[in-house]
Parts: sequence; structure tokens; C-alpha cells
Amino acid sequence: MQIYLPIAEISVDAFLLLGLGGLVGFLSGLFGVGGGFLMAPFLIFIGIPPAVAVATEANQIVAASVSGALAHWQRKNIDIKMGIVLVAGGLLGSTVGVWLFSYLRSLGQIDLVIAISYVIFLGVIGSLMFAESARAVLRRRRQASTRRKLHQHLWVHGLPFKMRFHRSKLYISALLPLGAGFFVGVLAAIMGVGGGFILIPVMIYLIGMPTAVVVGTSLFQIIFVTANVTFLQALHNQTVDILLALLLLVGGVVGAQLGTRFGGKLQGDELRSLLALLVLLVCARMLWELVATPADVFSLSLVQP
Amino acid sequence: MNRARLPFLAALTLLWLGAFPVRAEPLVADLSDHLIEITTGFTGAEVLLFGATEGAGDIVVIVRGPAQNLIVRQKESVAGIWMNRNRMHFKDVPAYYTAASNRPIAEIVPHEMRVRNEIGAENLRLATTTESTKEAADLFRKALIRRKQTQQLYGMAPGEIAFMSNSLFQTRLYFPATVPVGIYTVKVLLVREKQVVSVQTTPLIVQKTGVEAAIFNFAHAHAAQYGIVAIFLALVAGWLAGVFFRRV
Repeated sequence: MQIYLPIAEISVDAFLLLGLGGLVGFLSGLFGVGGGFLMAPFLIFIGIPPAVAVATEANQIVAASVSGALAHWQRKNIDIKMGIVLVAGGLLGSTVGVWLFSYLRSLGQIDLVIAISYVIFLGVIGSLMFAESARAVLRRRRQASTRRKLHQHLWVHGLPFKMRFHRSKLYISALLPLGAGFFVGVLAAIMGVGGGFILIPVMIYLIGMPTAVVVGTSLFQIIFVTANVTFLQALHNQTVDILLALLLLVGGVVGAQLGTRFGGKLQGDELRSLLALLVLLVCARMLWELVATPADVFSLSLVQP
Repeated sequence: MNRARLPFLAALTLLWLGAFPVRAEPLVADLSDHLIEITTGFTGAEVLLFGATEGAGDIVVIVRGPAQNLIVRQKESVAGIWMNRNRMHFKDVPAYYTAASNRPIAEIVPHEMRVRNEIGAENLRLATTTESTKEAADLFRKALIRRKQTQQLYGMAPGEIAFMSNSLFQTRLYFPATVPVGIYTVKVLLVREKQVVSVQTTPLIVQKTGVEAAIFNFAHAHAAQYGIVAIFLALVAGWLAGVFFRRV
């Protein structure tokens, strides 16, 4: 069933979109990842303009993060104070990001920047995940275990503007979560991702937050930042397609439930290496589109009024 | 003759005269539809153009979409990566253009007349507002036409017009799913011995309707409110999904 998307201005099969939402939702339920970093490339592959894919994906992540964030809120798994600092950085970062997005769009370089950002991030994350899961598989086979140090003193602990975060039992510089929030905000605007895959490792390894509050606080931040991206993209670029977001969401919600149920029954590390391979595959595909000689080196675009 | 039938016949004659005025227009043409509506299920549209000529002659049809300002960009390989490098602006480019005729266009109208009347995409006067050499402008102009042709927005269809008798003709105009909205003009020329004898112009409107139009207009006219609605919808949808699946 073909459906005409009002903002993307193309006709796409509605079941393809539902299926895509379902697939990415299933993967995100299975692996406990956000899935934004897979959805936007998939949308670009089926012909949605990259600018629309990225902005609409931000809108969809708002929806995908709400129920998770509410659940963590009820279980008091959110460090509100830390969350607010992250959000402050995130709002600033995403505002700068959307401004940068508009500027690059006017230069005609936004598609290139989106593609390059994806190649870099998918490449790095895919490789790290693959190495990590491969190591985990090997470790389990050898039945050996190494202990991690309980506390490490890093350069980040020397930064000024120290703040006390009771929920996380931390006394650290506010610049650290502020900066992390800012960086993730820029990514959210340019790549249409929630940024959990960056924020969570930063919170655990760099900030040193207890793992219990990491996921909830990250979701808390993602909602505000992606909402800000949605608003600003709609305001400045008119690239948020509500119809596309809703179709992806419906598929995504069902897929995520199935993925969560399915994931409980399976062995984690082999699955993670599969996800890593998938991420690397998507990365390779995007890289190919950058380096392959285009069918026509010329392209048309409307002058933005 | 039955007297009751007389007014009916008179009305019919009047209608006939109305369609073909007494001055005997050499050319009459119309479209099966003057409105193309882009709805949710839109996958392109076909409009039938039909008409009649007084006496012999050739028919040329030119369909022109609304004017656009376009940027044509050229990619170059930089360190192995293809990126946009050069660009050129073009003003008042028809968003859609197609020409059709009943036999090869070169047999109907001479070259200089095709240029003067912009018959055929290659004869469109596409003005660039970017300073450049003539060679570069030509290269980009050709590229613009080629891209439009790939998108099925520019076309040339000689021999597409079929004469059903000496005077009745018809053709089908095709508009793809990506057809831009706006007011189109359909110009029908009657050509006799390399001279345009008669011209008739008919408008055709392409517009978005229903939910699509409402969403598009809302997004552009009230961008801030649209953004807030988008966030609100996402929050409600996400919350509902969470509630629903916790129960299941």
C-alpha cells in the first residue's frame, strides 16, 4: 500500500515503513539499544531525503523513550540533578546542532556531513562492540575473569566547578556532564540519534555513575534533547514528517516488545556480535555511497526561500 | 417533428454552437481533468487531452509547470569522497515540462521556431544568475534538463498525439508521484505549413488535498506550533504504547 509522505514528498510503501520500524524496534528490544543509529540510515537507503530522515527520527525517539523513562522514574532510577545538568548541556548542544544543520543545508553539504558522521560513528561503535563481544565469548570459554579497579583517578577529576550529586554519590565537576550533554545534543541534531550509545559509556566510565541510574538518567536526557531537536528542526527546516514518525513508531513499539521477550531466551554475547556485524554492514553501505562514482555527478535542489 | 422535442434540440444546437463558436475556431482542445489532487495514495496521474481541428494540420502540445528557482550542484571526488563542489543558480525554471506532437517535431516546425517558442526541453530558456563562462553554463543547463528527465518531470514525446479521424486528436499526459504542486499551463498549437495557425491554452492545477495538504500547510505556515504538536503526539503515543503493553 503506497502512502504519500507530506513532508518527505515521496510515495513509499506503508508496510515497508511499518516493517522497518518493527525490525529496528525488535533489535532495540533485543539488545537494549535505542536504534536511532540504525533507523536513520535505513530511511536514507529507501530514499527518504537525509534531512527529513534525521529530523523525523529525532521525533520518533521522543516517543520511543517515554515509556522507558517513566518506568525508571517510578523505580526512582533517575539522578534528577545529574539529568538536569546533562539536559542543560544537551539543549545548548542541540540548538547549536540544528543551527549547524541549517547552515550546512544551505551550503548543500548536509547529506555529506550526515553520511560521514554515520560512517565514523557506526564504524567505531561496530568495531568496539565486535571486539568486546568477541573478548567476552573467549573469556567465557576460558572460564577466566579479570577484576576491574573499583575507582580510578582520571584527568577529569581535576576540573573546576565541582558539584555534589547525591543520587549518584559523586562529587565531580559540572563541566563533565555539561560537556557530555552538549556533545550528544549536537549528534542528536545532525544524526537524528538519541545518543545513548555515547552517553551511557561516558556516564559509566568517565563520570563514574552507578550503573543502576545510568539508563534512566540517559533516557531522561534523551527525551528533552530530542524534543528540542524536533521543535527546532520543525521551526527552521520544516523537515519533521509526523506521518512518517507515526508509522515508524507503530512498527517500533510492537517490534520492541517482541524483541524484549525474545531477548530473554537467548545467549547475549553471540547476539551482540551479530548486532556489531549489522552495524558494520550499515557503515560499509554508507561508506560505499560516499566513495562510489555517482550515476550523475549533478544534482538539483530548490532554493530555500 | 414532435413539438415537445424542439426545445431540447434547440438547446443541443446552442450547446454545440457554444463549444464551436460561429467564427469557426480552427482548434478546440480540453483536458479530461483540470485538477490533479495529491492524496495519501497518490502514485502519479494521467490526464487525457482531446480536441478537434478545423481542417488539416499538425498538433504540438506543451505542458509547463510552475516556475522554480533551482540550484544545480556538481560533485567532485575529494580525497576519494564524492562531495558537492560547484554550483549554479537557475531562475524561473519550469518545475515540469513536456512537449508532444503527432509526428516527429522536426518535420512540423523548423528549428528557429522551436527555439523561439521553447518547444522541447533543450530549447527552454534557462537563465543562470551565477556568473560563469558560456561552456560552464551550458554544462549545468544540460545537467539540469537531464536530472529533470530522470525524475520524469521533463519529457519529449513525439508521435504521442494520436489522430482518431482527420480532425479529432487525443493524447495522455503523465504526471509522476513527485509532480510539484502549482498551476500548470497546457498549450496546444495547430501548425500548418510550418506556421502556427492557432493556439489554445488551458490551465491545470496540481494541489495537495486532504490530510497531506493539511500537514504540509500546517508545517510551513505554523512551524512552531507544528513542532509542539509533533512532540506532544510523540509523548502521548509513547506513553500509550507503554501502558498498553504493560497490560498485555
